[in-house]
Amino acid sequence: MSLSLTAGMVPGPRKDPAVAAALGRRRKRADRIIRSLCVAATLVALGFLASILFTLTIRGFEAMSPRVFTHITAAPGSEGGLLNAIVGSIIQAALGTAIGTPVGMLVGTYLAEYARGSKFGNLVRFVSDILLSAPSILIGLFVYQILVLPFGGFSGWAGVAALAIIVIPVVVRTTEDMLNLIPNTLREAVIGLGAPKWKMIVLICWRSAMSGIITGILLAVARVAGETAPLLFTSLGNNAWSIDLTKPMASLPIAIYSFAGSPFEDWIALAWAGALLITLGVLGLNVLARAVLSGRK
Amino acid sequence: MNRRSFLLGAGATLSLPIIDARAQGTQITGAGASFPNPIYQKWAEAARAAVGVQLNYQSVGSGAGINQIRNRTVDFGATDAPLTAQQLQEGNLLQFPTVMGSIVPIINVPGIEDEQLKLTGEVLADIFLGKITRWNDQRIVALNAGVNLPAQAIAPVYRADGSGTTFVFTSYLSATSAEWKDKVGAATSVRWPVGNGARGNEGVAGGVRNTRGGIGYVENAYATANRLVTTQLRNKAGNFVKPKMENFVAAATNADWSVPGFAASIIDQAGANSWPIVSPTFILLPTNPQDPARSAHVRRFFDWAFTSGDDLARELEYIPLPAATKTAIRAAWRTQFGA
Amino acid sequence: MRRGGSLGDTIFEWACRGAGVFVLLLLGAIIVELFIAGLPAFQAFGLGFLISTDWDPVQEVFGAGVSVYGTVVTAVLAIVLAVPLAFGVAFYLTELAPAWLRRPVGTAVELLAAVPSIIYGMWGFFVIAPAFAANLQPWIIDNIGELPLIGIFFQGAPFGTGIFMAAFILAIMILPFIAATMRDVFEQVPPVYKESAYGLGATTWEVMKGVVIPYTRSSVVGGIMLGLGRALGETMAVTFVIGNANRISASLFGPGNTIASLVALEFGESETGSLKLASLLALGFILFVLSFVVLAASRYMLRSRLKA
Repeated sequence: MSLSLTAGMVPGPRKDPAVAAALGRRRKRADRIIRSLCVAATLVALGFLASILFTLTIRGFEAMSPRVFTHITAAPGSEGGLLNAIVGSIIQAALGTAIGTPVGMLVGTYLAEYARGSKFGNLVRFVSDILLSAPSILIGLFVYQILVLPFGGFSGWAGVAALAIIVIPVVVRTTEDMLNLIPNTLREAVIGLGAPKWKMIVLICWRSAMSGIITGILLAVARVAGETAPLLFTSLGNNAWSIDLTKPMASLPIAIYSFAGSPFEDWIALAWAGALLITLGVLGLNVLARAVLSGRK
Repeated sequence: MNRRSFLLGAGATLSLPIIDARAQGTQITGAGASFPNPIYQKWAEAARAAVGVQLNYQSVGSGAGINQIRNRTVDFGATDAPLTAQQLQEGNLLQFPTVMGSIVPIINVPGIEDEQLKLTGEVLADIFLGKITRWNDQRIVALNAGVNLPAQAIAPVYRADGSGTTFVFTSYLSATSAEWKDKVGAATSVRWPVGNGARGNEGVAGGVRNTRGGIGYVENAYATANRLVTTQLRNKAGNFVKPKMENFVAAATNADWSVPGFAASIIDQAGANSWPIVSPTFILLPTNPQDPARSAHVRRFFDWAFTSGDDLARELEYIPLPAATKTAIRAAWRTQFGA
Repeated sequence: MRRGGSLGDTIFEWACRGAGVFVLLLLGAIIVELFIAGLPAFQAFGLGFLISTDWDPVQEVFGAGVSVYGTVVTAVLAIVLAVPLAFGVAFYLTELAPAWLRRPVGTAVELLAAVPSIIYGMWGFFVIAPAFAANLQPWIIDNIGELPLIGIFFQGAPFGTGIFMAAFILAIMILPFIAATMRDVFEQVPPVYKESAYGLGATTWEVMKGVVIPYTRSSVVGGIMLGLGRALGETMAVTFVIGNANRISASLFGPGNTIASLVALEFGESETGSLKLASLLALGFILFVLSFVVLAASRYMLRSRLKA
């Protein structure tokens, strides 16, 4: 690396200043071109985000009305909203997070406090990272196999289980990362005071890592709130009002998915309204998560 | 009357606050075909007030619907493809149709207007087999004397998701083309020899709209609502018919419903005005219900739909059953379940 | 007090370890369940299932060939499209952007990763695909499509949707993951290395090419593999835009299918216990193996960074 570096940069013997100058100009030009390309790449990436938000705003606001929040999904031509889907999404995302978070926190704590460098710890970390990036549709299929087939049908609980499995690795990752940031001297000081280790972890480590862990939880909620594929095979969706978790349950992404493919204008419009809602919600959670992290740092 | 304003008017009278929806009536559950889902939702809304039966219908697809009623996890199943008499007996199921739908070809050919182009089942099959690849193919030109057809490549678009719509359309192609029947066949999803797939009616319509030379098939309700360019088709009697409600009804009226399980084939039906791609959708009801009272509520619901639901069906471009068929279905209920 | 503490310690430690074991079992259960569920398909079609390009629900003959091909091609093509962009973004964010701009721009790019998959699908299908089909695609087909050798990849009707569109949307979706990894590892290059190169008169690009990239190469590849792993399993977005055909076409503008999109589309009309459902679940198993290999490789490449 140092060879190629000096070869290009040191103009060589001072014999021919003209050549050196030309070389310098070429290098400067290459630099300028690459720099402009990088700026262009960034602008393109930002352009995509802008285009998505623009599309959602235009088409979503067209269909947005109080009805969306006060009525449940209805037959085409009747006044329908998305209330059942919104409530279903909130219930499933909340329960999924509530179930997945403690597990994820315990695993993250295990990795950071008990298993640093151990073989088993590395294995758990590896598996958790695989789960983090594993296709969510497969988690849906898995839950279909273990909860939907044997228990006689699609249910809200199955959806909750699928989302909880998605939540776990997200929380593991942030919990471990945040605990690793805590200086060991703090731990030693607390242990030195005679406190048992679990109290040290719960009262000191968790507390000081709290903003980071909350960030992780918010990101997890944001992630599962927009998940569609795992819910297709688990909670399925429901056109009626239902908060019974043993029955199929509506959710925003599924409602969007089925309405967007329907032949009726009012349903398609509702799909766009739902798309706008869910994107605003998810992006809002993301921004909030970042604010939490930077606010307490 | 403008369809949209009519729907809005109907919506205003029919919409109920959700509190009412939860509070009143006996609940019955059904699951299955997605094709009739809109009209079942519509009927459910109206029947809630009219007969106090609250229907919770889950559009899970015909396959899952059949499965759920076999396991008795719902009060009734719904399917687009009728079960055979033997399957019905094995599953202790009674089958009856509720309503019919029609499917229309849609095209995007420069210079061709709605209901202008004439096609036949054989030509449609050969287009979707990849044997006819240009719009100015001899065989299309022969059917459309005087129409200026461009040398545009044909771009077929089909439903990629498993759907009753595909089942009906491929049934039609199978009925009119021996080669299609032999090579591809009829099912909720098939092995398409050529073309692009898209999800749902919207996907197919979007694919055709975006593609010069495109051709696809959608439910009539969708084509009407979105003013898509449809074609005429030649029916069994040899006449070219337009995709119009009276031609759909003609096909239903001419059908022979006196087959086991009412599994009438209305595809490519005889009759001078019959639109050739019309198909009923079916309900599966256990003959040995675990809860006879709920089973009776299911029948009460559909009895109401047969009596008072025709206008709602037509609003959504579904085709109501002929009166004689409804009578026969009610008779079958009485035979099976008593009065 | 002391005893209470040690009992509490034991309970807490075992709770933590138990949760870790649970995660292990979870992954194991997913693999085993998918394999068992797909077993009837493997039994019916043997190893040929993996390469057979048949998918005929009428005859009940199923093969994974087309969807595996589509999965791999779209993911790899997405990487080809995304890596230069991601590199540009990461380079800009670490070296070029003024300090006050780094945070908002970085956040905005990361938000691309937060947009739900289904939204990408709708956007791709209703906005990008029609625009592409109306403007750019006919020109490519007329011009590049006529060229010898590479022309075959750019032929066909301008549907908009297809393998290429799926890869394009995937590229946008994985861009933030790759860009974020690159930015993070670029920032980890000790400043002293860069400063000494600058001191020798190197331009920004030369520092990037000569110092930063060689220093971070393995982590950058790891980040790219992470993006690849994501692209393999994306479902909803791909389902909207890939054209959904169960055949392999040479042209990138032709339609195709991925494992995930096929499962999502055909699941609803598959009866429990049918060979079709078993085949779909077998596809799920194959997808899991594919993702597992790629993600494991990614982690291996990123290990030095994770230790840091």
